[in-house]
Amino acid sequence: MELGPLPQLLVSGVLAGFVFALIAMGLTLIFGVMDVVNFAHGEFLMIAMYLTLGFSLVGLQPVLALPFVALALFLFGAFVYRIFVRRLLEGPPEASIFGTFGLLVLLQGLAQFFFTSDVRSVNNAWFTGAVRLGPIRIGEPELVAALGALVVAIVLYVFIEYTETGRGMRATSEDRIAATLMGIDVQRMNALAWGIGSACVGAAGALLMLTYQVYPRVGAEFALTAFVVVALGGFGSIQGAFVGAILVGLVEVLGGFYISPAVKLIPVYLLYLIVVLLRPQGLLGRR
Amino acid sequence: MKRLIAALGAALLLATAGPVASVQAADKEIVIGSILPLTGTFAQTGALLKAGQELARDLINGHVSYPVTMAGSDGIPSLGHAKIKLIFADSQGRPDQAATVAEQLITQDHVVAILGSYTSATTQTASLRAEQYKIPFLNPDSSNPQLTERGLHWFFRISPHDGTFTENMFQFMADLKKAKNWNPKRIALVHEDTLFGKGFGDVTEEIAKREGYTIATHVAYPANTSEVQSEVQKVKASNPDVIFIASYLSDSLLYMKTFKQQGVDIPIIAQDAGFVDPGFIAGLGKDANYMFTRDTYALNIKQRNLGVPLINELYKQRSGGKNLDGNVARDFTAVTVIADAINRAKSTQPEAIRAALAATNIDGKRTVMPWKGIKFNDHGQNTEGAGLILQIQDGQYQTVWPGFVASKPPIFPIPAWDKR
Repeated sequence: MELGPLPQLLVSGVLAGFVFALIAMGLTLIFGVMDVVNFAHGEFLMIAMYLTLGFSLVGLQPVLALPFVALALFLFGAFVYRIFVRRLLEGPPEASIFGTFGLLVLLQGLAQFFFTSDVRSVNNAWFTGAVRLGPIRIGEPELVAALGALVVAIVLYVFIEYTETGRGMRATSEDRIAATLMGIDVQRMNALAWGIGSACVGAAGALLMLTYQVYPRVGAEFALTAFVVVALGGFGSIQGAFVGAILVGLVEVLGGFYISPAVKLIPVYLLYLIVVLLRPQGLLGRR
Repeated sequence: MKRLIAALGAALLLATAGPVASVQAADKEIVIGSILPLTGTFAQTGALLKAGQELARDLINGHVSYPVTMAGSDGIPSLGHAKIKLIFADSQGRPDQAATVAEQLITQDHVVAILGSYTSATTQTASLRAEQYKIPFLNPDSSNPQLTERGLHWFFRISPHDGTFTENMFQFMADLKKAKNWNPKRIALVHEDTLFGKGFGDVTEEIAKREGYTIATHVAYPANTSEVQSEVQKVKASNPDVIFIASYLSDSLLYMKTFKQQGVDIPIIAQDAGFVDPGFIAGLGKDANYMFTRDTYALNIKQRNLGVPLINELYKQRSGGKNLDGNVARDFTAVTVIADAINRAKSTQPEAIRAALAATNIDGKRTVMPWKGIKFNDHGQNTEGAGLILQIQDGQYQTVWPGFVASKPPIFPIPAWDKR
């Protein structure tokens, strides 16, 4: 049987999925812990990408900049929670929707003002070639980005599943009132969730700069996919986000090739609709 | 050297400033309307176009001779050296507003001709008003091919249009075939799915068919995409000899990176946009080399008009240091073309100016454009203009086609990715 480009498409799809996964995991973590959808998630990604660009201008390659960008985004996320989102939680449920949407507009506007709408990219000096596995070619930047995403995802998973703080976060996400009664500081957990969720997107931004470019509206290209991934995998489910992202990556690349690139997002949304209709809680969601 | 040119330019400007200041006092003035997007989305471009037109006006009204039609002629000689006066009207980039200000220019300011108006959509509406009032309308810079296919009597366009630009890509390929013993048959056509990309896709399909090429694959993809793996695999699987591509910057970078990743080293001829953006070479470094792209204008050409660098310096004083680009150069040229027509008409009567415009015959060497010249056909379209094909060589855009303005010969065949 002639496979043609199928093996290549499968590999490309999975690799694309890894970076989507990291973005979606941050989003789903925040939602899981406190039922707030951060509409400005894509803009957090944009900030992380500009930061990575800034580090590269002073000679730090994206892979080395990653921990710093993740830390900066952690602090930024926790800060945004402390001064802004915490207040939104006191209002009606719509407050957090409009509030984070307002944040999206604000951050995009600021980026436009300070960085202009120019498209910028990192002059990636370290990973430039391609790896060959038989008929399959993988670009080194894509490979490094995917492996980096995988490592960060595993670290996050271990943290949530096996540490005391992680258990506290899971408890908060399962039942806020019971968690409070058990002596868990919910405010602290919320701030942590914002911090860690933002750190994920920070890591994703640093890795993405290996293969992609930054401009003020870049968040929109990735945030929309992240929302689909989160709904597909199940709101609040870290594993679900991972599985969902790889599915989306595969469906997008295969659909693009075998149907038409013009409609490559249609199979993705179709898959999403089918899952939501048959299993409203998402593939691995509990509620 | 640069300083010398700037100082010289400043001195010349002072020389030309005198007559301009006295324009108000002069009893004879020829009033020409100019519609530009001075506010709104295109305000930045509009301001530069205005600066270009004002520079041309000042050179024509001045005494200092430059190697450009009508420059230094102290106004319009055949009308007692009457000075050119430009009245600028703001289209706000909106078609309805463009039509309104066109009417105002004609009925209130009594202009003898109108220049305008950058975007194809505003040119379309404004020129209809001019047609209605029987006033010549000279368009420097709108690229929609349909504009000169409307059967208008009073409409002229000096710029080549999108169809011509795409034809130029095929002509370049034909020349390359002859010179380099290359025999391309299959074209992979890749473009984004907005009006720009789609228009390019349609025209390319049409010309390819006429010229006997096969479209190996036609990939229309959603603009601003997050990955182009399936697109590139489609191109690869279709086994093309050449890739024609139209994308804005973000996508163009993504395509180049993915072509490299997948070892696609087929010659690429791009339709400007992202491929001529300053961010293209900045983002790709040496991976940008060997790309071909068409463009409307370049300063890096074999100048046949040695005055261009000096005019560029004069322009930079008015543009905040920006170089002449394709849009400004065409708007600058339009003012000289209308002045030339009025001078030959020896009259400010619209019909006389129209007849003189129709008989325009300017040598390309007397313009700042890389064209053979300016001559209108009976649709009002300049037949002597063409685009350029540039190739990125050693991190710089070089003009490689047409031959009479080429700064460097094309490097062809292009090396494989691992040998770059």
